[in-house]
Amino acid sequence: MIPLAAKFQSRPEGRSFVARLTNDKSLPSPLCDDEILVSRGDEPAPSGSYQGLIRIAGAAHSEEELILGDEFSYLDDGDIVRINEFAGELRVLYRKGSYHNVLFFTERCNSRCLMCSQPPRDVDDEYLIDDILEAIPLMSQDTKVLCITGGEPTILGWRLIEVLTAVSRYLPDSSLHMLSNGRAFAYRATAKAVSQAGCRDLMIGVPLYADIASVHNFVVQARDAFDQTIRGMMNLARFNIALEIRFVIHRQTVSRLVQTAKFIARNLPFASQVAFMGLETIGFTRSNLSVLWIDPWEYRDALREAVTMLAAAGMRVMVYNLPLCLIPEEIWPFAQQSISDWKNIYMPECAGCAMKAQCAGFFASASFKYSDHIRPFDTVSQLPSFSII
Amino acid sequence: MNGLNRSFKGPESYRNGSSYRLLPMKFMRFRDDRYLVTSMGGDYMFLSQTKLNDIVTHKLQQTDTLYPDLLASHLIADDSSTAHLDLLAAKYRTRHSRLPSWTALHMFVTTLRCDHSCQYCQVSRVSEDRESFDMTPAIADRAIGLMFQSPSACLKVEFQGGESLLNFDLVRYIVSEAKRRNDGRQLEFVITTNLANLTEEILSFSEEHGISFSTSLDGPAALHNANRPRPGRDSHAKTEEGIERLRQRLGKDAVSALMTTTAASLDQPERIIDEYVRMGFDSIFLRYISPYGFAVKSSARIGYETKKFVDFFKRGLAYIVDLNRRGIFVRETYTQIVLQKILMPGASGYIDLQSPAGMGISGIVYNYNGEVYSSDEGRMLAEMGDRTFRLGTVHDTYEKLFLDSPLLPMIHESMLEGVPGCTDCALQPYCGSDPVFHHRTQGDFIGHRPTSSFCERNMAIIKHILTLLEDDKETASILKSWL
Repeated sequence: MIPLAAKFQSRPEGRSFVARLTNDKSLPSPLCDDEILVSRGDEPAPSGSYQGLIRIAGAAHSEEELILGDEFSYLDDGDIVRINEFAGELRVLYRKGSYHNVLFFTERCNSRCLMCSQPPRDVDDEYLIDDILEAIPLMSQDTKVLCITGGEPTILGWRLIEVLTAVSRYLPDSSLHMLSNGRAFAYRATAKAVSQAGCRDLMIGVPLYADIASVHNFVVQARDAFDQTIRGMMNLARFNIALEIRFVIHRQTVSRLVQTAKFIARNLPFASQVAFMGLETIGFTRSNLSVLWIDPWEYRDALREAVTMLAAAGMRVMVYNLPLCLIPEEIWPFAQQSISDWKNIYMPECAGCAMKAQCAGFFASASFKYSDHIRPFDTVSQLPSFSII
Repeated sequence: MNGLNRSFKGPESYRNGSSYRLLPMKFMRFRDDRYLVTSMGGDYMFLSQTKLNDIVTHKLQQTDTLYPDLLASHLIADDSSTAHLDLLAAKYRTRHSRLPSWTALHMFVTTLRCDHSCQYCQVSRVSEDRESFDMTPAIADRAIGLMFQSPSACLKVEFQGGESLLNFDLVRYIVSEAKRRNDGRQLEFVITTNLANLTEEILSFSEEHGISFSTSLDGPAALHNANRPRPGRDSHAKTEEGIERLRQRLGKDAVSALMTTTAASLDQPERIIDEYVRMGFDSIFLRYISPYGFAVKSSARIGYETKKFVDFFKRGLAYIVDLNRRGIFVRETYTQIVLQKILMPGASGYIDLQSPAGMGISGIVYNYNGEVYSSDEGRMLAEMGDRTFRLGTVHDTYEKLFLDSPLLPMIHESMLEGVPGCTDCALQPYCGSDPVFHHRTQGDFIGHRPTSSFCERNMAIIKHILTLLEDDKETASILKSWL
């Protein structure tokens, strides 16, 4: 696990700013405007015109320096942080070397899913968007992929379009993956505005938890959500926006797992990919654990049927967040190492497992509750090529 | 709900309080107590008679395990959702999504001459040396012009005969002209040929222009040669040699083969299929004989009852499935077409099982003499003296041929939604219509379903495939791998 936030002594007179980290101690002063110099251990830190100074795992050389513990030694050249000196907070907004960079848009949401990993709060957090808009121009041109998440990003209305436009202008070669409940796209104008923001490679991941309204609406705790999401998906297709359909498997959704796969193949064949996802036991999931928890071992046959059916129908299928020992070997080729690096762990049972390097592993939160069927593999198994016969 | 945090509402809060409505559905009795029910969008379910009765008399309870499946299959609806209207409309539109692109297949009859004298030949053969049966470059020019007026982004040029390669100069001319005049379409060329006259020149030209081939293979040598006589009685050997040469030069997939079922085929589906597998084909189309051309004159000798064909088809399909079970991958093409219609949401590209009928609007024929026909079968009827399906000539305008010809009324009558006997048939989403067949056999474009062998054959085959999908898990998974 990698910590993405730190607390330090607040400074009543302090500033709040977004800046990029540099290891370069002799950066020409005109280039220092957006940079924070990072020093490690006891290295000397020259005074310069840097925005700020950070020292990792060492004693302060000056009052100006902000001290971070050894757990932050992963921070590197090109990473971006937001520092709020007044509140005594540092947040890591972007890591140049990571494939798991997240633009966290808002804590607000118009749904309230039983298993939400990020329980929504109705707060004014538009400063998050201001930070993101400041950070985007500082990001590396080599950024492969950015993930937009929340809360519900479409709640921000035009500010969402502002961010998409900024990405398309400053990071034209980066891919964007946005997670949304899709409800706002029931309005054609919303889908149209997103399609016109100019992103070269945007995919929107929209959850569908059942093939029938009553189950989906119960899971997301919102009437009409199913209809809005379905119409939203159709509008995304109408404006040629790539769609990923996401199905989180838990006790309230598992009974419609196979039927939902069939429903997707028949009604939503325009989706670019379909993801079946293991449950993350954090957030609301913990409050509702007894009605949500099901050992993935119990649904492995249903999962196999759903995955092979969609694959046979020519759709691209993914299995996220499930370790290989819990899914049938036949569908291993669809399993992804999907868990963001900063919250990815393995269990004690995994010690010595020959398949660990190819396995998704677990969410850090899973140590709270996980399957009784975790077992190490003795030998590396060749991932079979897919065949439904 | 026990265990749910109190800030959440239970599932009952999201269930619908009202009763349900029926959506448009069609049903058909299969065997025993079992009914097939299909939706407008092609979703299907098998139901018992009791359940079906309960459903249509609004007695089904929301707690019934079938209830959510019926909702999701768009057979019923309740107040929990209105999205089914959008989805049904999208599914219906998707199934007809090929219509706006109009005619993609353009068949050029380069000559009527042929070196074979097949018993079932669908066109009057003439001896090889009578050039008055060849298409001229002037006629080809006009036909190419008409082809490029089609709105289709993809244009497929198919050379037909007679034996199309007996007029190879014209094939070469049409390929070059079509490429020269191409305004950005995706162009494909297919030569339909018996391969007996394949030359080095033809091979190099085809390699240069990416042309593919379609040929006839009726089965093992004895059967093939009996069906397809030519001087020297060596049709099978010539075909096999031709296939090999094409594969060597153009690649394995550059040549496909079609078989025609005659009376002599009926007792040997396994041997016919083995012959296809032996020759390295991974599909075989178990094709019914058409009642056109010489097939009618020789019907006493080579024809058969529909029931016998259906038995042949089922026996052949069972054998093919068995080969798959043993690890030999080979598909039956008609089954694959029907499976796609049953299981997939898209539009089928197969012209002879569409509604509205594919004639004219999916494929069109330019005859050697400049006449334009709505389908190959329509052209064959004309060679027998019935010119019902002649739309005009290549000298007519595109608008006249398509809008002011017999075409539109025929298409109009071919839409299953309005065809007596089809309008309430549960198999409607998976079937199609064949106005030429019904005109030929029953005297009008619509025909009389209870006595139509087209209907008898397709109902039997589609019902058989649905039954396999429902009853035989192992066979079903093999069939699904053909999609």
